[in-house]
Order: sequence, then structure tokens, then C-alpha cells
Amino acid sequence: MKPRQKRIALIAGGLASIALAAVLTLNALDSNIALYVTPTEVLAGKAPQGKAFRIGGLVKEGSIKRQDLTVRFIMTDTAKDIPVAYTGILPDLFREGKGAVVQGKLGSDGVFAATEVLAKHDENYMPPEAQHAVDQAKKGDAK
Amino acid sequence: MTAELGHFALILAFVVCIVQGVLPLVGAQRGQQHWISMARPAAQTQFVLIAISFACLAQSFLANDFSVAYVANHSNTRLPAFYQFSAVWGGHEGSLLLWVLMLAGWSAAVSLASRQLPEVMVARVLAVLGLVGIGLLAFILFTSNPFDRMLPPPAEGRDLNPLLQDPGLIYHPPLLYMGYVGMSVAFAFAIAALISGRLDAAWARWSRPWTTAAWVFLTLGIALGSWWAYYELGWGGWWFWDPVENASFMPWLVATALIHSLAVTEKRGAFKNWTVLLAIAAFSLSLLGTFLVRSGVLTSVHAFATDPRRGVFILALLVIVVGSSLLLFAWRAPKVNAGGNFGLVSRETMLLMNNVLLVVATGSVLLGTLYPLLIDALGMGKLSVGPPYFNTVFVPVMVPLLLLMAVGPLAHWKHADLKAIMRRLRVSMVLAVIAGIALPLLMGAWTPLTAMSSLLAVWIAASSVFQIMDRVKTGRPPAAFWGMHVAHVGIAVFVIGVAMVGGYQEEKDVRMEPGDTVQVGGYSFRFVGVDSVPGPNYRAARGTVELSKDGRVLKTMHPEKRKYFSSEMPMTEAAIDAGFTRDVYVSLGEALDSSGAWSVRVYYKPFVNWIWGGCVLMGLGGLIAILDRRYRLRIRAGAQIPAGVAA
Repeated sequence: MKPRQKRIALIAGGLASIALAAVLTLNALDSNIALYVTPTEVLAGKAPQGKAFRIGGLVKEGSIKRQDLTVRFIMTDTAKDIPVAYTGILPDLFREGKGAVVQGKLGSDGVFAATEVLAKHDENYMPPEAQHAVDQAKKGDAK
Repeated sequence: MTAELGHFALILAFVVCIVQGVLPLVGAQRGQQHWISMARPAAQTQFVLIAISFACLAQSFLANDFSVAYVANHSNTRLPAFYQFSAVWGGHEGSLLLWVLMLAGWSAAVSLASRQLPEVMVARVLAVLGLVGIGLLAFILFTSNPFDRMLPPPAEGRDLNPLLQDPGLIYHPPLLYMGYVGMSVAFAFAIAALISGRLDAAWARWSRPWTTAAWVFLTLGIALGSWWAYYELGWGGWWFWDPVENASFMPWLVATALIHSLAVTEKRGAFKNWTVLLAIAAFSLSLLGTFLVRSGVLTSVHAFATDPRRGVFILALLVIVVGSSLLLFAWRAPKVNAGGNFGLVSRETMLLMNNVLLVVATGSVLLGTLYPLLIDALGMGKLSVGPPYFNTVFVPVMVPLLLLMAVGPLAHWKHADLKAIMRRLRVSMVLAVIAGIALPLLMGAWTPLTAMSSLLAVWIAASSVFQIMDRVKTGRPPAAFWGMHVAHVGIAVFVIGVAMVGGYQEEKDVRMEPGDTVQVGGYSFRFVGVDSVPGPNYRAARGTVELSKDGRVLKTMHPEKRKYFSSEMPMTEAAIDAGFTRDVYVSLGEALDSSGAWSVRVYYKPFVNWIWGGCVLMGLGGLIAILDRRYRLRIRAGAQIPAGVAA
């Protein structure tokens, strides 16, 4: 092959693999995103069906109930409540009245089956997603 | 008084930094010797001033001076002294001060260890570092001054976040920052070369040891962070694809590409433009990392404060750095000649593929990290991208990269004979296939992923070992040769660790009453009970778990749940029995009821230490490579850059 042809072959091969990588990447991205939804939106039926999503909000005071490793609690944005069930060990910073984010699917019984509970940072920190949910709910009240 | 001294030193450093950033650059353009020669003393003075400032802040911490707001927010009289010291970089302001201290340190190191370089080049490099320093010092002085007073002073400090009260914090941020900031040196060399218009082999050679040094720090810093998350956060994972982790991983990927591309530029004079772009990208991604981590746009343990002004400042800095360097690149690059030709099968091609794959990997991580931010910024809702995305995208890119790793070093520059390479790899190939079949079976179950990983790891390691054996027959190989192979074997070790943990770890969350026993990974864990034990600034619920195997008691483990006095926040301290081929890991969840029952998390992690062991080997390889003799040789007179040639 002449140097020019070689270069063209290299460039073509490179472009083809980048295009393939881009398609695969976007595909993977599409199937692995979890939307954040506020409790109000969940009750309004705006949550994705049959797909995992995240709820941001506060853990309602007095709502945590334990039975062995299964924990039931209520996520609230101060306007609407969603019951949540989770089996496993909760993070250190998970507590009533504080912000948290849960990921999972909504069951047909209206209980959100969480596969992951996130409550990081220090005790004064509010996850932006939880703050967002509360802010949205307040805006809704004002209308 | 100490705080004012520190603040004053910082202001002085800022002024000196302006001198360092402007005069040598102008001097180099005009060929004015006395301005050129100001670069070195300016860089050294700046380092001394920032070191004084840093020492003042440390002294304020050790003296419990709570009239300094930053100290009051991050320390406490009961905090042990070494944590009081590491608390200096336990918050936003102090960690930035550490950043500029590192930057000044790198600049001072360049000024001292560059006697063999042309004066003009050194002046330009130090000036570019000075310009970066101006940006960051302005950021600290105008938005994040660690010396701000809080009057009247509180009687007691708010204490350091308990998560950060750990030996890991003493080393992780400084190492990581050394890496991040070290990328600025590679960047400065690239920009200086662009300004002078002389992108040549000499430039690549000067730049290489610095880039590798920064890469070594970055590697160790990331590894230490991962290890810290593993044992301190109590989750037992070693990598979560958390945006903050990605923020440090992206510069690493690009820096790895840069190291390899610099090799081509040095040896063959090719890939020059590409190398410059990589250097710019590596530093930009380091800045992006700082922005993501520090601005509070991300939800993470690292996001200290949410002050939009700060985020905007770093973002502006990022735009200026990227924008101006790309402009400079667009202006200068067309003048650069393309360099040597090479065949379709050659070491150049191999390294090109290495680069393409690493850049594609970086792009995919960048996409997954920024996508949620982008969607949020466009007001299209909030979402998160989960680890499965990263795993799905990352693995297919890594497989060809690892396959090539064994082949690349065997290929000759310019033209290589594929058949000859394959002949030399025959034994490695056989060993790799055997390992791919046998290793997973030895571990108990054959899965495609563990088989593939075992195959690749042995493929790389065997190829390196055979190359070393061949090479030592013909005399002493240079340090760079050893460095490369040690680092490559490190990758192989790392791959084994990742594959074994991923394929064979066992995890159980269980409710345990005193006397209960649980079986995990062939070990049995007997839960004895939980006692209350005091610590210096906390009180711990200390569990006792008896670890045994085949009826023989191996060890008594003590996982803790700590409650710090200064906050409501509990902290999980896992108990880990570490070993060469496996870790056994126990952590306490919560007290479940009055019967003394607790939720307990038990893990069996085969080969998990190989993950960090592999990283240490990579770092060691880099270190050996830096020691190569040729980096210390005086540059030939012909390679000197005449002053003002490009002005």
C-alpha cells in the first residue's frame, strides 16, 4: 500500500471504531439512567413504568419501622408521601427528618421497593435532589 | 497573629506569582536575559511564601485558634493532633491551599531540576505555571480565604467530619493533588513548546519524567482513595463509579495515554500535535475534576460547600485555560511538521491504538459523568447514571487495550513483523489460554468474564516476563525498560484482583444475636456481642466476632460503630482480616432490638488486595522509569532553543 492509502485506511478504521463505540456507549447510557422523581410526581403518575428510578426527599419523622433486616419508611417532599421498603443495612447517615435518595421500582401495591438507599455526607448536608423535591412541593402549595 | 501572617504571605505569593507568570514570558519573547532569569528565583520565592502560609494555617489548627473560621469549622480540641494537622486540608479552603502549595512545589522542583534545559524553555515553563498559579491564588484570596476570622470566636470547634478522621485522609488528598497538579507541569511544557514553536524530540524528553512523576502520584492517590473507601466507608466496594472518582480517573486515563504518546514523540518525532492536545486535556481534566469535586454540583463526600460563586470561578478558570491553550494550539500547530512515517504494523501503530482506546474510555467516562449535569442544566430533569453503564462501556474498550499490551512492546519502531511478534508470544499465548480455563475452575466456577480476565492478566504478565528474560541476555536493560514492564505486570495483577473480587466475592447482610454463627466463603463468623468502649472524641459500640475455618479459630475481629461527641453522626469502622489471597470483612449495621441483636454485614473478598497491589506496582514502574539515565543527560547544543526565535 502507498503511504496515502495506509493513512486513509488508518483513519477509516479509527472512525469506524469510534462510531461503533459511540453507538454502544449511547445505548448503554440510555438503558442505565435513573430519573429523579419527587413523591408528588410519583403520585401524579409521572414515574417511569417498569424501570428503576430514584426518589429524592425527606425521611418522614416517626415512619421508620423495622422487622429483622427489612426496613419500612416513608419518603416525603412535605406535600406527598410514598411508602418505601428496603432489605439490608442502611447507611450511617440515614435518619428520620433528614434528606435521602432511594433507588428502585414502584410495586403494584404502591410501595416503592428500594434496592439502594443513599444518605451520604455530614449531618447538616441535604442532597440537592432531596432539596429539589421539597422546593417543588412548596411551589406547588403556593399555587 | 499567625493567621494574619499566613494571609499576608499568601498575598505576597500572589504578587510574586504575577511576576513569575508575566516577566519571564515577555523576556523570552524579546530575548531579555534579565527578565528570563527571574523565573527561577520567583518560583522558589513563591514556594517559600506559600509554605509559610500553609505552616501558619497548620499552626492555627494545632493551637486550636477557633477565631479562624476555617479552623472552627473543621477542628476540635479533642481531635487527636495528627488529625488536627490533616484537617488543614479537610475542607474546601485548606484543600485549595494545599493545591497551590503543590503547584508551587512542582514549580520549585522544575526550577531546581532543570539545569540541563535551555534557560528560555525553563522561563516559559515556569511562567505558564505562574499563570495557572495566579488563577488559583486569586480564587483562594477572593472567594475562599482560609484565614478569615470569626468574631467572637466560638469556645469549641465543630470538629472534622468523622469520615475524614482516618489515616487515609492524611495521605490520600496530598498524593492525589500531587498528581492533579503535576499535570500542570506537562501542560506547561506543552504550552511553552507551542509558544516557542519548537515541538521536537528534546521537548518530549524533558517533559517525560515530569509527566510520569505526576502519573505516579495520581495512580497512588487514586489507589489510596479506593482503599480508603473500601475500609472506611464500610461499603466494602473498591470502586463505585461515583462522579468524584471519575473526576480523578479521567485525568489518569489521559495521562496514561500521554505517557505513551510522549514516547513516540521522543523516539520518532511523530504524534506531536496529538501529544500536545493530550497534555492540554490531562490538565484540563484535572481542573475539571477540581471543579466537579469542589463546586458542590456533585453529591458526594467530597463536596464540602455549595457556594455557587466558587463553582463559577473555577468554571471560568477552566474556560480560560482550555480556550486559550486551544487557541494557541490552533495558531501554532499547523506550523509543526508531521514527523516520521511508520508502517501499518509498527510500535507507532500499537501506541496509536493504545491512545485511541484510552481516549475513547475517557470520553465514555466523561459522558456518563457530565450527562446528568448537562440534562439538569438544560432543565430537562434530574437523573443519575448507574455503575452498569460504566461497566458496560468500559470493559469492551479495555479488552483490546489489554490484548495489545503484550504485543506493543515487542513491535519495532517504524516497521514490525507481525509473524515474528506472534512467534515470540507463542508460549505466553498457551499459558494465557491455560490460565483462562484453569484459574476460574480453581476458584470454583467458570464464567466468561473471569476467564477472559485471567487470560488477559497471564497474557500480559507472561509476555513481560519473557521479554525481560530475553533482554537481560544481551546486557543490562535501561531503567525505562524495567519501569515499563513492572507497570505492565502491575496492570496484570490489578486485573486479577478485579476479576476475582467481581466473580467470587460473597456478601451477606444478616441479623445476628449473640451466639449466632454465619457461614461466608468457607469461613464461619460467630457473633459474640457488642460492648460500649470510649475513644478520644467518640464512644464506640464495639462488636466481637470470632472468625474460624474448619473448626479452628483464626482471629477475633472487632468492628465498631462510633458516635462522635461533636455530631450526631455515627461512623462504621469495619474489621478486616487482610490476606494475600483474600480479605474477610465484618461491619456492624444497627442494633435491631433489645435482645442484643444487630444487623451485621459480612464479606469474603478473594484477591482484593491485588487491586491496590497492582496499583502500587504501576506506581513503582513509573518511579523506575523516571530514574532512567537519559533524562539526566545534558541536552546537546543543537537542541537549544534560541531566544525569541518564534516571536
